[in-house]
Amino acid sequence: MSGHDDHDHDHAPVTEAEEPEAARRARVLEALLAEKGVVDRGAVRRGIDSLVSRSPADGARLVARAWVDPEFRERLLADARAAALELGLDSGPSPVVVALENTEDVHHVVVCTLCSCYPRALLGPPPDWYKSLPYRSRAVSDPRGVLEEFGLHVGDDVEVRVVDSTADIRYLVVPRRPEDTEGLSEDELAALVTRDSMIGVAEPAAPPVPA
Amino acid sequence: MTFSPGQRVRVAARDHQGHHRTPGYLKGRAGEVERVHGAFTDPETRAYGADGLPRRTLYRVGFSQRELFPEHEGAAGDRLYADVFEHWLEEVA
Amino acid sequence: MEHAVHDVGGRANDDVIDRREHELADWELLTDALVGALGARGVMNVDELRRGIESMPPDAYERASYYERWLFSAETILVEKGILATGEVDRRLG
Repeated sequence: MSGHDDHDHDHAPVTEAEEPEAARRARVLEALLAEKGVVDRGAVRRGIDSLVSRSPADGARLVARAWVDPEFRERLLADARAAALELGLDSGPSPVVVALENTEDVHHVVVCTLCSCYPRALLGPPPDWYKSLPYRSRAVSDPRGVLEEFGLHVGDDVEVRVVDSTADIRYLVVPRRPEDTEGLSEDELAALVTRDSMIGVAEPAAPPVPA
Repeated sequence: MTFSPGQRVRVAARDHQGHHRTPGYLKGRAGEVERVHGAFTDPETRAYGADGLPRRTLYRVGFSQRELFPEHEGAAGDRLYADVFEHWLEEVA
Repeated sequence: MEHAVHDVGGRANDDVIDRREHELADWELLTDALVGALGARGVMNVDELRRGIESMPPDAYERASYYERWLFSAETILVEKGILATGEVDRRLG
């Protein structure tokens, strides 16, 4: 018998009776605001389309380009918005995005203790755990413990830098290029760059083992 | 007053009622200015419907993890950075 | 010094970080886009959104999901600005 444990990823249609009250409130709010002319439903639809169109794949392209092109890497670290525009990605004028480079001596991890600030324009919406109280509480006081929870061990010879996004700057981590990736194309490299590695709680994926 | 990269600063230990973006765990703590980000609208007034002007200078300030959290288990050199507004920073004598 | 409800950096928290993820529900996307539309129109800015979230009673803040907090804040700020009447959403819900 094939077990199919879907508790965590339930895509079955939800009836109105099963929806949280918030779902009804959100729809009522939209209706009221549209009736009052405060929002335009078309603009709201476009906003939803924009939200779902952003994904970590965008950020991954920046990282992969930085891995293969040292001058692009310098431009990315100096001005992430300008560098992203070179690849056709517009992170917008505000909030400002800053790229942080991991090296053999330094490992960055990003948090927003006060809410959930995140480079959405380049990575899409943040994962639930990033917005959670335990992550927001412990990432600053016990970053290495948090990294261990994610299965990442950082040696004592590497400096861990926690960056708390407290204001109008959003941080994107440029993780280190994995070993044994010399022959990979930029697209193949981008496929290794996970969202979690751009937050700093994981390293990029290892290259696929040749058949 | 303004601050420069490398300068030692202390985050004000003010008990500010109302919206502000200086986390409690940094209030009263000392660190070093790492970067001057430039001027940004003031969230403390903008949160109440004002335009957030005049802009205030924002700094990235670096702190020692061991100093912030003495129970910190990790390398002595581990650091924490946060973006703090100028009006929340004081000179360290 | 007392910490506001949202100011959780460094607070003791023994809960395991729940790493399960969920695709945003339609109402969550709607809430996000509504807030974005209000921002684009200059009706409510992100600092007001945050201030509204921070005004939640602590137990409500901790129980609420992320977008439930956004919804609470949007309703609070819109009532404050007189764009919504107090209880208007409740009345329409019926």
